[in-house]
Amino acid sequence: MSQPLLQLSRLSKSYSVGTPVEVEVLHALDLILETGEFAALIGPSGSGKSTLLNLLGLLDRPTAGDLILLGRATRELSDADRTRLRGQKIGFVFQFHHLLSAFSATENVLMPIMAAQGRPTADDVAKAHALLDEVGLSAHRDKRPGQLSGGQQQRVAICRALINAPALLLADEPTGNLDTATSADVFELFRRFNRERELTVLVVTHDPRLSAQCDRVIELVDGDIASDRRQVASKGE
Amino acid sequence: MLRIWFEWTLAVRLLREGRTQTGLIIGGIALGVAVIVFLTALISGLQVNIIERTLGTQAHIKISAPDDVARPLRTTDDTALAVQIERRAQRLRSVDQWPKIQALLDAVPEITAVSPVVSGPALARRGAASRSVAMTGIDPARYTQIVPLDQNIREGRFRLTGREMLIGTQLAQDLGAGVGERIRLETGDGRSDVFTVVGIFELGVRDLDQRLVFLPMKPAQALLDLPGGATGIDVRVREIFEAEAVAQRISRRYDIKAESWMVTNSNILDALRAQSTSTNLIKVFVAISVAFGIASVLAVSVVQRAREIGILRAMGTTSPQILKVFLLQGALVGLIGAAIGSVPASGLIALWVQLGLSRSSRGGFDLMVTPELFIGATALATVVGMIAAVAPARRAAKLDPVEAMRAI
Repeated sequence: MSQPLLQLSRLSKSYSVGTPVEVEVLHALDLILETGEFAALIGPSGSGKSTLLNLLGLLDRPTAGDLILLGRATRELSDADRTRLRGQKIGFVFQFHHLLSAFSATENVLMPIMAAQGRPTADDVAKAHALLDEVGLSAHRDKRPGQLSGGQQQRVAICRALINAPALLLADEPTGNLDTATSADVFELFRRFNRERELTVLVVTHDPRLSAQCDRVIELVDGDIASDRRQVASKGE
Repeated sequence: MLRIWFEWTLAVRLLREGRTQTGLIIGGIALGVAVIVFLTALISGLQVNIIERTLGTQAHIKISAPDDVARPLRTTDDTALAVQIERRAQRLRSVDQWPKIQALLDAVPEITAVSPVVSGPALARRGAASRSVAMTGIDPARYTQIVPLDQNIREGRFRLTGREMLIGTQLAQDLGAGVGERIRLETGDGRSDVFTVVGIFELGVRDLDQRLVFLPMKPAQALLDLPGGATGIDVRVREIFEAEAVAQRISRRYDIKAESWMVTNSNILDALRAQSTSTNLIKVFVAISVAFGIASVLAVSVVQRAREIGILRAMGTTSPQILKVFLLQGALVGLIGAAIGSVPASGLIALWVQLGLSRSSRGGFDLMVTPELFIGATALATVVGMIAAVAPARRAAKLDPVEAMRAI
C-alpha cells in the first residue's frame, strides 16, 4: 500500500487576535489526500479554508497536530527546510495571479527555479517554454504580466506552479477573478495536468459548478470538516 | 557573483521598476556625494595652500648644532660641587662635519633638497640709516630648492657671487637702497664688509622682507668668524606631514638638533587639525542624512512590495535571500548615486576654476582633486547605502508570507 501524499492528524490552528482572546480557526482536523486526487475544498467565508490551505502549503505552522507530506513530518522542520520543501513539492495558484510585474512571462514561470538554484539553465528555459506552449501562450513568452489578459496571467501562474513538477498543486479561488469562459479554460488545464501527470490538486472554490467537476469535495464549516464525499465528476458544460 | 545571481537580478529589476523612488534615492545620494566631494576638494586644497604659503618661506626641517648645555660639576664620589647651575648662553656654532651630513642626507629618498646655511645677526648700514638684519649665507643653487627665492625677485635678478647680496623690499625701502647700490654689513665683533645689492625679493611676509639678507657662503662665514662652517642645514622632504618623523630620525642618527616645521609651526598644525575635524563632522552629518533618506525610501518600498515579497516567499525564496535583495539595493543605489554625484562635483570644481578662484589668480588656490577622492566617496556611499538598507531589509526578510500576500 503506497503512502498517502498528505496526511493531517489532529491539526489545529489558533490565532491570538490581540491578547488574551485566542481564536481557534481549525479544530483538530484529520484528512488524507492520496496521490492523483482532484479535490475541491468548499465552505462559507470564514470557515478556515484559506488558513488550511496556508498550512497545507507550509506557508504557516499549525498550533497543534501533525502534517505529514510525502511521508515526512513537517512539524520539526526549520524555516529554511520548509521553504525548500515548499519550493520543490508544492505549487501554488492564487486568486490573483500574483505574478511579478518586473519579470517576463517566462521569467515568472522560472521563478521557483531561480529562487532555488540561481540562473536557470537552458533546459529549465526549455521546460518553461514547453509549459507555456502547453497552455497556449507560445506567442506571449516574453511579455510582461501587464501586457497579458487576466486569463493569460492565470495560465502563466499555473505554469509557474508546475515548473518544478510538484506533487501537490494548491489553488485558492483560481478562477475567482475570471469570467465564466476563461474560468472553464483554466479549470480544464488543472484537470489535464491532473490526468497527464498524476498531479494531486486541491482547489478552494466558492463556485459550485467547479466543485461539481472534482472527484472529491471536502466541506469545511466553522473549522471542522462537515462533509467529505467522493463523486463522479460531471463533465462541465 | 553566481551565488547571488537571483538576488542581484531581483534587486536590479525591482529598482528599475520603481523608477520614481529609485530616482529619488539616487538623486539624494548624488547630491550628498557632490557636497562631500566638493567640500573635501575645497578644504584639502585650502589646507595645502595654507601649508605651502607657510612653508614657502621656510625649510621643512632645520638642522643645527646641538644646544650647549652646562653640566653640573661633580667630585669623584658624585657629590655636586656647584649648587646653582646657570643656563649657558648659546653661541653661534657650526654643525660638526656638515659636508658629510649633507652628502648623507642627499642620499635619503624622503628628502628632496638639502641646503647648508650660515646665518647670524648683523647690522646693515647705508648712510645714516641702520637696521638689524638676519644675515644668511647660502649656496644659491641648493637654497632655491628650499625657498624659491629666484621666483620672488621683484627688482634686479637672482645672482650671488663675490660681494653681492639680495635684500627684501621692506629693507630696501627702509635703507633707501636700490639695485646696484652698496650696503655695509657689521657683525658683533667689529668685522664688517660692503656688499652690492643685485636683487630685491618679496616673500610676502613683512618681517622676512624686512630682516632677511642673503649673501654667498664665503663672506658670510668670514663675517661670522666661522670659516668653512655652516650654522645649519635646511631640508625639504617629499611628504610634508612626514617631516617630523624624518627630523627625529636625522636627530637620532647624527646626534644633531633637527626641528621640523610641525614643531616650529605647531599652531598651524593644530589649526589644520581643528579644520579637518569640523570638515569630517560635516561629512558625517551629510552621510547620516543621506543614510536616513535611503532607509526611509527603502522602508516605504518594503511596505509597497509586501505582496510581491510574499509571492517570492511562497515560490521558495528564503528569508536570507530577501534580506540580500534589499541590502544589494542599498549598495547599488549608493554606487550609482555616487557615480552620478561625481558629475555635479566635477562641475562645481570646473566652475571654481572658471570663476578665477584657482591659483592662477591672486589670492586664489587650487582645489585638491584626486582620483582617490572620487573612489573614496563612491566606496563611502556604497557602504552607507548598504548600512542604511539593513533595517528595511530585515523587516522585509521577517515578513510573514501569509500576511504579506494578503496585503494589496
